[in-house]
Amino acid sequence: MATVAHDEDAYVAPAEVEEVDLYHPKSWITKYVFSQDAKVIAIQYATTAGAIGLVALVLSWLMRLQLGFPEVFTFIEAEDYYQFITMHGMIMVIYLLTALFLGGFGNYLIPLMVGARDMVFPYVNMVSYWVYLLAVLVLVSSWFVPGGPTGAGWTLYPPQAILSGTPGSNGGIILMLVSLALFIVGFTMGGLNYVVTVLQARTRGMSLMRMPLTVWGIFVATILALLAFPALFVGAIMMSLDKILETSFFMPAIVEMGEYLSYGGGSPVLFQHLFWFFGHPEVYIVALPAFGIVSDLLSVHARRHIFGYRLMVWAIVVIGGLSFIVWAHHMYVSGMHPYFGFFFATTTLIIAIPTALKVYNWTLTLWRANIQFTLPMLFSLAFIVTFVNGGITGLFLGNVVVDVPLSDTMFVVAHFHMVMGVAPLLVVFGAIYHWYPLITGKMLNEAMGQFHFWVTFLGAYMIFLPIHYLGFLGVPRRYYEMGDTTFIPDSAATLNAFVTVMALIVGFAQLVFLFNMVWSAYRGKKSDRNPWKACSLEWQTEEYPPAHGNFGKTLPSVYRWPYDYGVPGADDDFIPQNQPPERPVTDSGPEAASTQAAE
Amino acid sequence: MPTASLGLRVFLAVIAVLFSILIVAYAERMSLGDWRSLPDPWLLWPNTFMLILSSIALQSACVGAREGQVDRVKTGLTAGGVFAFAFLLGQLLVWRDLIGSGYFAASNPANAFFYLLTAIHGFHLMGGLVAWGRTSAKLWRGTDSELAKLRLSVELCAVYWHFLLLVWLIFFALLLIT
Repeated sequence: MATVAHDEDAYVAPAEVEEVDLYHPKSWITKYVFSQDAKVIAIQYATTAGAIGLVALVLSWLMRLQLGFPEVFTFIEAEDYYQFITMHGMIMVIYLLTALFLGGFGNYLIPLMVGARDMVFPYVNMVSYWVYLLAVLVLVSSWFVPGGPTGAGWTLYPPQAILSGTPGSNGGIILMLVSLALFIVGFTMGGLNYVVTVLQARTRGMSLMRMPLTVWGIFVATILALLAFPALFVGAIMMSLDKILETSFFMPAIVEMGEYLSYGGGSPVLFQHLFWFFGHPEVYIVALPAFGIVSDLLSVHARRHIFGYRLMVWAIVVIGGLSFIVWAHHMYVSGMHPYFGFFFATTTLIIAIPTALKVYNWTLTLWRANIQFTLPMLFSLAFIVTFVNGGITGLFLGNVVVDVPLSDTMFVVAHFHMVMGVAPLLVVFGAIYHWYPLITGKMLNEAMGQFHFWVTFLGAYMIFLPIHYLGFLGVPRRYYEMGDTTFIPDSAATLNAFVTVMALIVGFAQLVFLFNMVWSAYRGKKSDRNPWKACSLEWQTEEYPPAHGNFGKTLPSVYRWPYDYGVPGADDDFIPQNQPPERPVTDSGPEAASTQAAE
Repeated sequence: MPTASLGLRVFLAVIAVLFSILIVAYAERMSLGDWRSLPDPWLLWPNTFMLILSSIALQSACVGAREGQVDRVKTGLTAGGVFAFAFLLGQLLVWRDLIGSGYFAASNPANAFFYLLTAIHGFHLMGGLVAWGRTSAKLWRGTDSELAKLRLSVELCAVYWHFLLLVWLIFFALLLIT
């Protein structure tokens, strides 16, 4: 039987990618600190994101201690609690997940997976990281100004965000807004790189429809981010002006402590529109890279091609497009016109179609596959289940009549933690177990990994399933303590205590994971070249782990898609993307290729 | 398309979104009752003229670079920069006059938006002037034969300038009709 797999006969334009003048570092500083190598920048991004994410994890423990055991931990005051929820939310969404998926995975994987030596604008890429680091430092500095960080909630709604009743309404909120603006500037620099590299630096034969879905996910997510972040940028500048110059972009006439303030006529809802025009695409900025990565993990570890590759690509693109016309479903209780709500409910439900299609395709990829229960596979399976769970509660909340009573309850907290907290993080973990050998040349410890997986996966459900139930009971979110609220039964307090204990246990498992990453770098088992037998280009580099410039003297040529697993008649159960077909590939045009195929 | 050209165009798409959102916010805020439009400062007309001249000069430099005429590139770049600085100076004068006449940012959203739009536009032009400065420095330092290498930089400056001119014309029109 011939070993013609998928599209290896397809015509590919013969244009050679030009060799670029690569920047070669001359000192330790330019090699590891002010580095222009995307792989080093990726590690810098990931380390910084992980470090600030650890802060956010500790904040979540403190919140849980207060919720689970109110009045026991007297050092947590109401003001502290608000600062914890605000910083936890903002850090996790922006400074951890966005930075990690795009700055971390994007930088490491895009050039390697498309067969490029580096990003197209390495200098700008380097500056991108340093501006991001500055944004993180500005954010952290808000703990050290009088009044502390802002406690406005991660949505920073005016007018309360800048009024004195909210903690951190002086220095804290200003530093938060400045930090966000810096983050956006830094991200834009990185984002230009990711988009242009995908469009212009793909190696010979790497057509768009031969790119791994990881690259597709990151590529489309970057476009979303580039188009969505300006709305947050505008909102942040306008709110800063409201705070500093006392303009009234968002601020209505308001009385504070019995005194009329100089504000008047502004529209708080305008801020909500700006925030959510960014905020909803943000969900997909995090989700699309996760979708892409999990597709690749499933395919590699099930030894089977991804089911419906083209549909998967189009689903990513369609979800990305739709994500721009659903934002007001976060604002059903803002007093909007009912028809307006109806429109947004409809678009929200439509987004379920391409999303469900992806879930079916993941499931069908596994159908009759040679599933290897490796750690990346376990995390990928956990992702599918968790994403479906979180997505289904999203269908509830997308409907106005269901959303209104559930709005601002713990149900919403449970929903978004499942769908954009736990689910993408499971992919992050799976991806780290998958690509850690490529980055370090060592395998992560399996026993610690199994412990990490089972505690995280089961623990996340122990935490968030009860929180859904608390939401049904009517327990509001953002409350420091319940006090004697008659409609909330005493059992809610017991449940809260249970959730807190589980949160601490799951948190501990993350520390084990961190230890594993450090320990394995030194003591881990040495990894063979391409340990998962993957087809995509990042595993086919001349040096392993890939060195500066990624590929050896010549860039690889690509002859097929990255999913040739278990091809009938092939010698091995996988065919790397750069392995030439047995029949010569024609350069003379599509007609010639089809004639040859007909023969 | 050269990589840098595509990079610039993607960036222009991003700031086009930024400016569009500002315009939407402007229109939304204007519909609320307390909006009192600014008088249109006459100085904005000569300023606009300066920016148009700046764009024309850079376009001329661009044509010069394509045809290998170093002198024309030098003249175009210099004139483009001078007119751009004149525009920025003119905008600052408008600000000074408005503040002098009591149109403070905090006194009305129309004023606040005027300062915001002109500031953001001005900052983008200043960013352009950094690129302009680097290109000019290379041109004057280098020999004539290096013009070919700089052709792309000059072209990109011109594209960016035309874009910012377009944005300014839209802002100016918005100001005149509201």
